[in-house]
Amino acid sequence: MHRIFLLLLLLVISGQSYAIKTEVSEEVSERINEQVNKKVNKKTHSKLSSLLNQLPKTTLRNMATLIERISQTKKPLTRNVLQLMLDGELYYLKANKQLVRAQNVANRLYKLTDLLTGQSLPDVKKSKLSKVRTNNRLRSTLRSIIAKIDLTDENKKVRLKAVQQLLSSPGKESTAIIAELIDTEKDQDVQALMATILSLQQLKSGNHGEKIKALQQLSDSLEPTVKNEVVRLLANLSQKERSVEQQILNDVLSHTLEKMESRASFYSLLETVFFGLSLGSVLLLAAVGLAITFGVMGVINMAHGEMIMLGAYTTYVIQLAFPSMIEYSLLIAVPAAFVVSGSVGVIIERGVIRFLKGRPLETLLATFGISLILQQLVRTIFSPLNRQVISPEWMSGSWQINPIFSLTFNRLYIIIFSVFVFISLLMILKKTSLGLHVRAVSQNRDMARALSIKSNRVDAITFGLGSGIAGVAGVVLSQLTNVGPNLGQAYIIDSFLVVVFGGVGNLWGTLVAAVSLGLTNKFLEPVTGTVLANIIVLVGLVLFIQKRPKGLFPQKGRSTD
Amino acid sequence: MHTHTTQDSTKQSLFRSRNPLHLTIGILLITTLLVTLGNLFFPESSAFHVSDYTVSLLGKYLCYALLALAVDLVWGYCGILSLGHGAFFTLGGYAMGMYLMRQIGDRGVYGNPDLPDFMVFLNLTELPWFWAGSDSIVWMVCMVFLGPGLLAFIFGSLAFRSRVSGVYLSIMTQAMTYALMLAFFRNEMGFGGNNGLTDFKEIFGFSLQSPSTKLGLFVATAIALSLAYCVCHFIVKSKMGRVVTAVRDAESRVRFVGYKPEHYKVWIFVVSAMLAGLAGALYVPQVGIINPGEFSPLNSIEMVIWVAVGGRNSLYGAIIGAIVVSYAKTRFTAIMPEAWLFALGGLFVLVTLLLPKGIAGLIPSIKQKFAKVPDSTKAGL
Repeated sequence: MHRIFLLLLLLVISGQSYAIKTEVSEEVSERINEQVNKKVNKKTHSKLSSLLNQLPKTTLRNMATLIERISQTKKPLTRNVLQLMLDGELYYLKANKQLVRAQNVANRLYKLTDLLTGQSLPDVKKSKLSKVRTNNRLRSTLRSIIAKIDLTDENKKVRLKAVQQLLSSPGKESTAIIAELIDTEKDQDVQALMATILSLQQLKSGNHGEKIKALQQLSDSLEPTVKNEVVRLLANLSQKERSVEQQILNDVLSHTLEKMESRASFYSLLETVFFGLSLGSVLLLAAVGLAITFGVMGVINMAHGEMIMLGAYTTYVIQLAFPSMIEYSLLIAVPAAFVVSGSVGVIIERGVIRFLKGRPLETLLATFGISLILQQLVRTIFSPLNRQVISPEWMSGSWQINPIFSLTFNRLYIIIFSVFVFISLLMILKKTSLGLHVRAVSQNRDMARALSIKSNRVDAITFGLGSGIAGVAGVVLSQLTNVGPNLGQAYIIDSFLVVVFGGVGNLWGTLVAAVSLGLTNKFLEPVTGTVLANIIVLVGLVLFIQKRPKGLFPQKGRSTD
Repeated sequence: MHTHTTQDSTKQSLFRSRNPLHLTIGILLITTLLVTLGNLFFPESSAFHVSDYTVSLLGKYLCYALLALAVDLVWGYCGILSLGHGAFFTLGGYAMGMYLMRQIGDRGVYGNPDLPDFMVFLNLTELPWFWAGSDSIVWMVCMVFLGPGLLAFIFGSLAFRSRVSGVYLSIMTQAMTYALMLAFFRNEMGFGGNNGLTDFKEIFGFSLQSPSTKLGLFVATAIALSLAYCVCHFIVKSKMGRVVTAVRDAESRVRFVGYKPEHYKVWIFVVSAMLAGLAGALYVPQVGIINPGEFSPLNSIEMVIWVAVGGRNSLYGAIIGAIVVSYAKTRFTAIMPEAWLFALGGLFVLVTLLLPKGIAGLIPSIKQKFAKVPDSTKAGL
């Protein structure tokens, strides 16, 4: 436990210094589009547009100077035009030499956009167009100009993105720009990354001393590019005749690689732990409702899986009913699913289960029948095919903690949410009068009744609570798996095993069981494959129950059957 | 009734207990004979004609009945609700399937005389070790009983010795069949993976396609069912069976008296598993395929509902239940496929709520109604 806690602490600390969103690229392109679409005042662009108008007339030889002059205008449009030129989408109409952005939409048919105003123009054939020509040298000039523009951008995210791009495709000119800009850079993250690029360049083309120094600086880097370079250099060293210098370089390289790999394996361990926790929290959500109905009340509810399924379908229906509010749909779905599954649970309890008290095997069969009916009901209403539940924007994406380690937001939220559900359930059972009654009835029904607790009412409410929690689990599962009539079936056996493994009537046991099953599964998976991991866990559990039939944390007491 | 002497009541119970045995086997064999005659000697236009389709359908039902008998033996008489009998049934089926697979010989798609098609497809060059001997009848018959029996023995002796019982045991049996399903779905298991074993050609040299083979299999199933019924009846009425029933009713007391309940439980569990395996072995040649889908927990639960509907306190109840429910399934899925699961689910709920003793539970009360008058006069004497 201490070790896991330490890992989590480390994770949080390293995360704070390095949080980046992956949607940066989308933001950049959106920003550019906005700029293009702005109603551009012609006056402010007069210099730029006069320069641009020279583009069609200029020969390749004089192009470099023209580009240089264009780049000095420093208008928002400048970068865009240069980018288009680099991408080969900058054309002019042969008739009036008007500059346009042209994109091939169909065979020899081009879609045109006016450069200055951003308005769409009618499509034309290729023969009407002529490309603004570039060559390799121009393209590399363009690239470095664009890089420079991005690197001096006011927005930190744009700068960071630009530096990352340079890291993955380095070149001489980019190194020069970075060397020029690194001292004026204010942001630490960007500066660190710039330093990495410079060191990488030194490692590639520096002399022996520079290489060693660069390696020392790079040894803390987690960038895959750096690691690849180290591996490449190590492979290039001749194996037979080595000079002293080469020997030293070899040692330093292999030492650095070792360090990098040990860090990488540390992070991959963290990742496995994270996946395990995520699976564990899903299991916990699915099983915790059952821990109430089965663990506390002692009712075998085989329709528990269908309660989960109903919750997932509630999410689907809510998204269908309010298509404009997808972002908030999950927030609405959680209470809605609780109510839907909870009331179905109450109906089941009142209609069937209360007549079968003290006959667990009969309860099992009857609730199994109910689960079949519910499945078929959903199949008849919604079709047997899987339904699509949309993930809201805030659930997608990931938290990039460092270049080789990221946490996806949906799993992160699910872990947090399941802990929240667990704690609130614990509070309900421990602190409220309802919880007191539930525990009283489950411990000694007759005595509780003698103390004027309405045991029938308590039964119905408890069963409703357990089923409602299952519905909430369904909302969460709708974000991870397909929503179909068989959704619940997949979780019912797992849920029962979690509850039995943890010890019936013990919520903490359920938590420990769910998390340890999740972790075991995820640690086995890379070794054995998914299916075999499942089987091993199942068999292991069955064997465990043989050894300790009452689970991990058996209820203490003197009752016997 | 308390005025009866002990001798009288034993006489009466003997009389009553023998009756269902003769009656059931009699009905079974006569039906089989009639179906055979109807199939063989009446022309298709005749009202007495029994079509080949009906024959193989009836054969399937009888396999189910045999399976239900096996479930009833452990559930009805020992109180072990097994939700994993599908596993034993399917294992028996796989044993038969492996034998039939080897009988295909070089008539498969790939024409390999030694290897079944799916192995050629998986690029295997020789038979896996556990397929060794699978082309002999003796091996097949042994495996049909040994496979399920061994699994039941291991599982049972582990579970019963650590006194896992009731609902826990049910869920564990379900987990067992679920794990087996996952395992058999894997191609690496060497049992044909997802597709299972199929495309059989002949059994003991008779073509599986010919109507006479189908009739033969039907008759064989009926005989097997009758024999199994006799065996079960004998077990239930024997001294051992009495202990088993006592274990069902009050396990702790049986233990205190000096018996070892776990031994009796393991023993009855193994016998039941073997019967289930036999049912599976008879089932496979009649439907022509065995795949991991048969392991699915739903199938195992359906077996339990057969017994629940038929009545789990009597052996013939299980047979009635299996045939009635299976017939209902055939009809429903043909007329209203959507409604079948509604009907099955409703059946679960209604039977457990209203008819805890099943159809067989109705028979004594009907009998009593008719016998009321003489009974009371007797008691008055």
